[in-house]
Amino acid sequence: MTHSTVQPTPASATPEGGHLLELRDLHVEFRTNEGVARVINGVSYHLDAGETLAVLGESGSGKSVTAQAIMGILDTPPAVVRSGQILYQGQDLLTRSEEQRRQVRGKEIAMIFQDALSALNPVFPVGWQIGETLRQRAGMSRADARRRAIELMDLVKIPGAAKRIGDYPHQFSGGMRQRVMIAMALALDPKVLIADEPTTALDVTVQAQIMDLLADLRRDLNMAMILITHDLGVVAGVADRIAVMYAGRIVEHADVRSLYKAPAHPYTKGLLESIPRMDVRGQELSTIKGLPPNLMRIPSGCPFHPRCPYVQQVCVDVVPHDLVLGDGRTSECHFAQEVRDDSAR
Amino acid sequence: MFRYILRRLLQMVLAFFGTTLIVYALMFAGQGDPIQALAGERPVTEAQRAYLTEKYHLDATGVGGFFYRYFDYVKSLLQGDLGQSLTGRQIGDILQAAWPVTVKLALIALAVAIIFGVTAGVIAGIRRASIFDNSTLVLTLLVLGIPTIVLAPLAQYFLGVRWQLFPPTAGSEPTFYALLLPGIVLGSLSLATALRLTRTSVAENLRADYVRTARSKGLVKRRIVTVHVLRNSLIPVVTFLGVELGNLMSGAIITEGVFNIPGVGFNLFRGIRTEDGPLVVGIVSVLVVVYLVSNLVVDVLYAVLDPRIRYE
Repeated sequence: MTHSTVQPTPASATPEGGHLLELRDLHVEFRTNEGVARVINGVSYHLDAGETLAVLGESGSGKSVTAQAIMGILDTPPAVVRSGQILYQGQDLLTRSEEQRRQVRGKEIAMIFQDALSALNPVFPVGWQIGETLRQRAGMSRADARRRAIELMDLVKIPGAAKRIGDYPHQFSGGMRQRVMIAMALALDPKVLIADEPTTALDVTVQAQIMDLLADLRRDLNMAMILITHDLGVVAGVADRIAVMYAGRIVEHADVRSLYKAPAHPYTKGLLESIPRMDVRGQELSTIKGLPPNLMRIPSGCPFHPRCPYVQQVCVDVVPHDLVLGDGRTSECHFAQEVRDDSAR
Repeated sequence: MFRYILRRLLQMVLAFFGTTLIVYALMFAGQGDPIQALAGERPVTEAQRAYLTEKYHLDATGVGGFFYRYFDYVKSLLQGDLGQSLTGRQIGDILQAAWPVTVKLALIALAVAIIFGVTAGVIAGIRRASIFDNSTLVLTLLVLGIPTIVLAPLAQYFLGVRWQLFPPTAGSEPTFYALLLPGIVLGSLSLATALRLTRTSVAENLRADYVRTARSKGLVKRRIVTVHVLRNSLIPVVTFLGVELGNLMSGAIITEGVFNIPGVGFNLFRGIRTEDGPLVVGIVSVLVVVYLVSNLVVDVLYAVLDPRIRYE
């Protein structure tokens, strides 16, 4: 990126040896009239400069809520961040004032959302919406913001950007709309890009294009990326590491290769086994029995135990804690070794 | 858009003839002897009767005769002649005197609805379930529940007669001040509806996904509400107020009646009471046009406000 209007962040940067972004034992709950839903129950993960972390999980596993907690855009109430730390460049965002957190949004950490049609404001032209960030946050003039918005739309490969700048979101195709969303997130040169299911609302072919674009942009602009998805297929080619979430916890954490090769948590194993494979004939697809838990009544012990084929009495009684498996892998399973050995076979 | 407007204008021609025909039929179907109705209690001489029969083509009877007279009426209507009322005054003159008063009253009522209704609606929408929100809910339900026929005399009695804050009646050449109380009474219903509508719309839009996006862009809250949320929330409100202005212009029969305001509604009411057929049909014909035009304007405005709406 070769423009000088966005000032580089002061060299406060990440302290030596620390991570760019680190979550420590984050707890979030939603307090509603029906009761308290424990949505995030001790999530810890980290992200280093220039890497891609995939956060994988089904709906309701807490992956989006975690991202929104990082951005500070949770609706409070009903959401309450009960405890934990969100360290960005070594500083805990949760202790900062709302004004300080607002400064971080878009400029340090930017986010793109699942459904670009509803995530973009329907009554403003896309160029105006991209330019708004530049005008409001970088103090650009109307003309400069417009010029830069066209550049950004070119960057995300929207054909005829200069001509389409006055178009409204509904006049774009789904894929192009998501590109607009991405252009908007890139406006202030963020160091971290959180992509919350960026391809879920799109056709399969368009999905691949958007994923490629994100991977290219991440590399070219040297950002770190958190890719939130429920689609294991999307993750493989793009991510460096994967964190698998279940019932508001990170149940398994590993680099992509070893996780695909030998998952060490029964949940991850179940997920992988439920994907049809091109290279195996006559394979019977397995499913994970049961439903994700009700977050107002999370099962005792390991929250996955009612659905787990490896279940023992200990799983019902004791909450498993991270079992370190070497190579930076962890699994929250009492039988992690066993599961991994089973999977590797 | 142009083709849409053209089509709507053609539809309006049909609607105009349809409504005038129905009103004309209803108004004259009930009369036994139109000549006697014209004369009132006085006796009618044979010569007069013959003259009027010929003038109004009353010799043609049955359905054919009715249409003959209707087309006669429409013909002069299209030439801009609304005819004479039974009291002998030109209906055009009556409307010319009444219209400015009604327009003033309607604008006051609309201003009241916008200034208080929309503002309070926005605040209630932002502070959902607050004391302010709940008290406006109770108040608006109260206002919506009381018919104007009760509200207008109450306001007149307490604010006009008892505490003498406003003139209790308006009189023939009403000042702005004299129209203020009737305007507020008339506007209170639109105010209540505008408030509820704005409140719901703002509350709904605050939860929209694009608000989350705006927050993630790091915009200040004030800008998110005043630019993003309001621009979206006010689309249905503006549409409602447009239709409402059309309604208000069509004359507030009860309010104008209670406060003795010589507007369109007042004259219409008098026409109905005195069975003044030509007056009623004349006024209603003009009101139909006002209403149709204001509805078209609202539909066009809607497309201007919401880029997603396209008329083909």
